[in-house]
Amino acid sequence: MELAGASRHLLEVRNLETEFHTDYGVVRAVDGVDLHIDEGETVGLVGESGCGKSVAALSIVRLVPDPPGRIVGGQVLFEGTDLLQLDVREMRHVRGPGIGIIFQEPLTSLNPVLSIERQIVEPLQEHLGMTRRQASSRTAELLDLVGIPDPSARMRDYPHMLSGGQRQRIMIAIALSCNPRLLIADEATTALDVTIQAQILELMKDLTERFGTALLMITHNLGVVARYADRVCVMYAGKIREMGPSEELYGNPRHPYTLGLLGSVPRLDSARESGKLMQIPGDVPDPTMMPPGCAFHPRCDYAVERCSEEDPWMEEVGVGHVAACWERARVGNIESKMVSNRNVSA
Amino acid sequence: MRYLQTTSAATAVATAPDAVGALASMGEIAAVNLSAVPLLSVRDLNVHFPINRGFILQRTVGHIRAVNGVSFDVNPGETLGVVGESGSGKTTVARAVIQLERPTSGSVIFQGEQLVGATSDVLRNARRSMSMVFQDPYGSLNPRMRAGNIVGEPLRAHRVFESKNEYLDRVAELFQMVGMHPGVASRYPHQFSGGQRQRIAIARSLAANPNLILLDEPVSALDVSIQAQVINLLEDLQDEHDLAYVFVAHDLSVVRHTAHRTAVMYLGKIVEIADGDEIYDNPLHPYTQALLSAAPMPDPVLERKRERIVLTGDIPSPANPPSGCVFRTRCPIAIDDCAEVVPQMRSTGSLTRRHEVACIRAEF
Ligand SMILES: Nc1ncnc2c1ncn2[C@@H]1O[C@H](COP(=O)(O)OP(=O)(O)OP(=O)(O)O)[C@@H](O)[C@H]1O
Ligand SMILES: Nc1ncnc2c1ncn2[C@@H]1O[C@H](COP(=O)(O)OP(=O)(O)OP(=O)(O)O)[C@@H](O)[C@H]1O
Ligand code: SF4
Ligand SMILES: [Mg+2]
Ligand SMILES: [Mg+2]
Repeated sequence: MELAGASRHLLEVRNLETEFHTDYGVVRAVDGVDLHIDEGETVGLVGESGCGKSVAALSIVRLVPDPPGRIVGGQVLFEGTDLLQLDVREMRHVRGPGIGIIFQEPLTSLNPVLSIERQIVEPLQEHLGMTRRQASSRTAELLDLVGIPDPSARMRDYPHMLSGGQRQRIMIAIALSCNPRLLIADEATTALDVTIQAQILELMKDLTERFGTALLMITHNLGVVARYADRVCVMYAGKIREMGPSEELYGNPRHPYTLGLLGSVPRLDSARESGKLMQIPGDVPDPTMMPPGCAFHPRCDYAVERCSEEDPWMEEVGVGHVAACWERARVGNIESKMVSNRNVSA
Repeated sequence: MRYLQTTSAATAVATAPDAVGALASMGEIAAVNLSAVPLLSVRDLNVHFPINRGFILQRTVGHIRAVNGVSFDVNPGETLGVVGESGSGKTTVARAVIQLERPTSGSVIFQGEQLVGATSDVLRNARRSMSMVFQDPYGSLNPRMRAGNIVGEPLRAHRVFESKNEYLDRVAELFQMVGMHPGVASRYPHQFSGGQRQRIAIARSLAANPNLILLDEPVSALDVSIQAQVINLLEDLQDEHDLAYVFVAHDLSVVRHTAHRTAVMYLGKIVEIADGDEIYDNPLHPYTQALLSAAPMPDPVLERKRERIVLTGDIPSPANPPSGCVFRTRCPIAIDDCAEVVPQMRSTGSLTRRHEVACIRAEF
């Protein structure tokens, strides 16, 4: 095994494993995830509900509810330090100034009984050692930065007095308040309407670019990631199955699951007449009864005997592009099966 | 099918395709094929909810204009897609069509019958030919009922079977129609996945052999791979049984894929409505344009080239909608007049490719 500290990336997750012990069995929510993010880079983590995206994010910042959850293996190297080895106090100083987090509801929700100001001022005082006064004026600046009109008045509001879009802006302000090197945004815009989602995403992109913040963007929306991510990781049943530069991954998917996902999405630029959507048969597996071998094999059109026996490992399929599939050579050659209808309207 | 009543004949002719219109103008309504007239015709529909204050002495202090002057037609065997953001009134429109919500005013003519203010007999009858799949697939299935009973409920309500065996056969057939094994009939809703629950809801909506199904966000809660299964299923069912759908969604890509005609709603109003791909290829309303530009596409090369119209501000409250055009507070091209005049629907396009838009600045 490689030594901790030997990482050239801002964040490098190695073979991360997180389990939940539940009444109905052990759920291995994260089952050997490898992932890295460089300075200032935006990485998308996509996958369907329950595949382990949120648990992976929670594991990185060590906020997995324990019990029933436990990180049982791997390393999370952030600026060379393995976060899994830190004590609780040290970890508190990573969250905030090191890694800012916007969580998926409802875990996220702002504290309903505290004013917006209190919720931003406190971390500023704790992490950056600001006085109450400094923190207060910084709060107004932050709210202005995320586009809240009349910040010094709005600061005194409570979360319920704001719209969903404004609350999400506040979440971004809080996550960025201590100038983190990395921002993790877990479904940060999923609950919002499309026009508001567009506002928030553009804001996030603008701010992370301006401050050189790296961004881990977690979502099930393949469209959102296509616009913003430099690289994309596709997760299924607790593992990353394919990873590559966005254009590569969308243009030349090499894992049957990625291919199926892309074919399943109705496209805004393809007419009704373009025909049936591609569909992945069956349902995602029960997390307590993962299929042996490649967890995708019961739903996979390409599966061969080996797939139900042996779990494929990641193999290079292009520059910076890896896929975990025994049949990856065949998958690359079926562009014809993809919905390649690109009669884009001007 | 019932013969047309005079009132609905007049409405139908006004919006019917050219051939029908020509015949009608020659006074030959009797000769018109009934299948060419809309199955459902909604005119100037209003649903306003009172805002009540006070605990013991309640008084009405205002109204939420959830649906505000909405008109549209649905043809037999076709899908009308209704898109719009949260609170725009999509669910309320669907509920008002099937009379689960009492319209404040307006007309809903279904198979030639006026449903607004209709007797309960007329409504019962209409609800055999029209059903609804509700927005929340978890909440809309009774957790204490077995799947078979859920699916068979409309059959029992309308007594459309002769014997117990006939009933059970039909329930089994309904499960098969939505791609499920009839053996699952004895399970409870929580024992199914989200996609399976949505199939059960669809099976129930098919039970009484309807001509029209109101689908309120039928795939929004589902994962993409399951969403595709359900969309394909709905399209197959439509082809096989000549079903008409009102397909409510907030995802434009889903609506484009499923709808023959698309209506875009904003704050209780239809701001643009058009046949086929018109709305997507040639959007005329600034809101439709913004909505299209904000909808993300799973294609990095294309996405990065696309210009995005980012609207400022939030959606105003339907209790207090802006004067004039309801969109004007967020509209990038609004002028002073927009606050003064309520824009009327203007028609463009051809009779076979209809396109209507409510914006005083739209140019065509
Ligand atoms: N507190 C918990 N107790 C038990 N199981 C859990 C818990 N949290 C998550 N899990 C399980 O871990 C798996 C991964 O869940 P996770 O929330 O990471 O999925 P996700 O990819 O974020 O899904 P979504 O897109 O719905 O947010 C699921 O099977 C889930 O049921
Ligand atoms: N029974 C009711 N009483 C009062 N107001 C209501 C009622 N039902 C709906 N409304 C209001 O009417 C407006 C339209 O609601 P509706 O549910 O039709 O919107 P929608 O377009 O379906 O939104 P969503 O996308 O969130 O489902 C909203 O402002 C809503 O709060
Ligand atoms: S390894 Fe086999 S089952 Fe898994 S995705 Fe590849 S072909 Fe399909
Ligand atoms: Mg999640
Ligand atoms: Mg609704």
